[in-house]
Amino acid sequence: MISQIFKGLHRLWSTTESAKSLLGICVIIWVFSVVLWCTGCGRGGSSPQAGLRIWHWMTDREDAFAQLAKRYAQEHGAPVRFELYAPSDLYAQKVRAAAQTDGLPDIYGILGEMRDFASFVQAGHVLNLTQPMTEQGNAWRNTFFPIALAMNSFDDDNAYGAEEGIYGVPIDVMNIQLFYNKRLLAKLGLDPEQPPQTWEAFLSVGKLAKSQGLIGFVSGWAELWLIDCFATDYAIHLMGQKRVEATFKGKVPYTDPDWLEVLGLFAQMRDSGLLAEGIVTMVNKRAEQLFANEQAVFAFNGTWGVNVYQGMNPNLDYGVMMLPLVRQDRPMVTWGGAGSALMVNAKSPRRDAAIAFLRWLTAEEQQRLLLEATNNIPANRLATTVLSAPLAAFADDMDKVVHPRLFDVQERSQVIEAFDKGIQSILIGEETPLQVAQAVQELKAREERRTAVQRSEETRQASLPSVHRQPSTVHR
Amino acid sequence: MTTTRTRALAPYLYVLPAFLLFATFSIYPFYKLAALSLFDWDGITPTMRFVGLANYQEVFAHSPVFWRSFWQAGYITLLALVFQNALALALAMAVNRELRGGAAYRVIFYLPPILSGIVVGLIWGWIYDGNFGVFNETLKRLGLGDWARSWLADPKTALTAVAVIHMWKGFGWGFVIFLAGLQTIPQELYEAATVDGANAWCRFRHITLPLLAPVCILVSILTILGTMQIFEIIVATTQGGPGYHTEVPITRILASMLGSSRFGYACSQGIVFGLILFVVSLIQFRLSGRMERRRA
Repeated sequence: MISQIFKGLHRLWSTTESAKSLLGICVIIWVFSVVLWCTGCGRGGSSPQAGLRIWHWMTDREDAFAQLAKRYAQEHGAPVRFELYAPSDLYAQKVRAAAQTDGLPDIYGILGEMRDFASFVQAGHVLNLTQPMTEQGNAWRNTFFPIALAMNSFDDDNAYGAEEGIYGVPIDVMNIQLFYNKRLLAKLGLDPEQPPQTWEAFLSVGKLAKSQGLIGFVSGWAELWLIDCFATDYAIHLMGQKRVEATFKGKVPYTDPDWLEVLGLFAQMRDSGLLAEGIVTMVNKRAEQLFANEQAVFAFNGTWGVNVYQGMNPNLDYGVMMLPLVRQDRPMVTWGGAGSALMVNAKSPRRDAAIAFLRWLTAEEQQRLLLEATNNIPANRLATTVLSAPLAAFADDMDKVVHPRLFDVQERSQVIEAFDKGIQSILIGEETPLQVAQAVQELKAREERRTAVQRSEETRQASLPSVHRQPSTVHR
Repeated sequence: MTTTRTRALAPYLYVLPAFLLFATFSIYPFYKLAALSLFDWDGITPTMRFVGLANYQEVFAHSPVFWRSFWQAGYITLLALVFQNALALALAMAVNRELRGGAAYRVIFYLPPILSGIVVGLIWGWIYDGNFGVFNETLKRLGLGDWARSWLADPKTALTAVAVIHMWKGFGWGFVIFLAGLQTIPQELYEAATVDGANAWCRFRHITLPLLAPVCILVSILTILGTMQIFEIIVATTQGGPGYHTEVPITRILASMLGSSRFGYACSQGIVFGLILFVVSLIQFRLSGRMERRRA
């Protein structure tokens, strides 16, 4: 057969000039395909002997990761390669695309909602780490902040239908609080060691700041998730977590007076003059610049801000506090959890090596190195004994951390978007809290109806004899 | 016999590499997009639920924000068609008149299009900044401090402010194409018209415009297609805000895909968007063809 093909090709070659050109084109295509394959279109490096490949999205940690990889190779003789991809949106797309082609690396991070995480688990892309975590009397598991681990686990009765277990290894933890500039507070005649603890006192800084040509409050509220963090903190503070969850379940409407009070806080912030001009289209990087340049008194930002401000202005004198209380009899919470976590590819031939590496990475010594290099709170609690003052403030409040991922049920992303966009509309004075609440509730009701119709159709199909069922589910 | 067959096959084989590339990178993705639009799928799980035309029904009946984003992209497109292209044509005509340092102008005018949209967006974000922005500072120094505002966060100005950034970044393309078109017009025509007593406006109206018509059509189509797909500048400046005031179709499709993990719905939005652009281009071609025939 092959000899016939070669004979045919030889005959073709020897006939005409044009045939030679055609063969030339074919050779070019073949070379092109081989080059494409070798440069990354394939699933390279899948042999068990090759080094571990790790994907992450935080490019600011490149040096720290490189240092850790070098150290691991020296200690264990096993090469490790960190591949960093930014921005995070692009990284999230890359991970999804790789999952479609079974091209995920040995270790990677998943960005997205809990339901996305569950989909990865159900699709068999994430290894269940419960066994290594719990062996030797939960030795590995006990080193972590519980909330960080909880955010990477599924309970036995989770709403997503994922198998119970621990699926991610947190490498750091975070929460989001209020940074305040001590020098600017003193300039405004306030005690820099006693920043405003009540909502009224907080709002009153707006006018004071304006009179001095300063900005009261900055945050990257063009990024909807940051608005959502702020709103979630106050919703839980004013309503309690159970009522927030009840809203997500559809039992409490968004037009409830409690929700109107939450939305009303944003109208009060707008009217107080506390907010930076254009905060609704301000990305967090810009907000960080304004706070680091001592142009803003307060910044709502996460743990990572410590590292960012250190880089932008090492002399910045600031403190960190929980958001001011609206009601003195209710506790304040802070939105947070695992800063970033790594998952082991369940389809990787190097699963055991990946687990061994993650165990090493989250050991106290490596976590301290990450702490020094990145100024993030380590996920390993043993490594948090030497934190700087701002980081210690964040770490002290880790027991007050909440995260919607850990709620019994999660709100639909369309509703979350409408809620956060609605807050933007309140901030620019375009809509009232009631208008926003009504619009969000309307959307939620519509989505609930759509889901109900979908479910009833599924139930109807399931009740039919199998020969009458429509083939509604297909494998890709 | 063999030679005859080879000769018959040759044209097809010559086309084959280009066809393979086109099929792989254009036809197959389009087919896949159309197929996915009939499913409910989160982009991760190995199974997809067939929903028929339900995604399209939702696009047409229950997606007011998506359709609003169309109008907003259309508004930016309209501004770009008029102002961006007028500026490009004016500058191309100026540079075409053998100005001293003409080559330098060509480079300068062509710089904005080759800059990254994200970088351009960030720079203009600083210019428009409501707190310490250059634009507001300039207005204040000119005694127009009352006009100062947060241009990108004010719902009255946000979309126009984004359109200005887009036009600034995009006029260089039109400039280069117009310049190339102008250089194909024989100088003798202008000289003859001048001898006949035609003034500058007459020469522009009766020589430049008619002979530049095909180029104008090309630039218009490129402007429409390019502007309707505006994305990077929005992401870098407003992220679609405040509220939904600067949302455009691409940001909505991305929100459905990555924000809501509704790949099937996002694909149906993509198909509808693509078809509308196709129809707009078709209408533009038809109208232009009719204009050409009438002129001929």
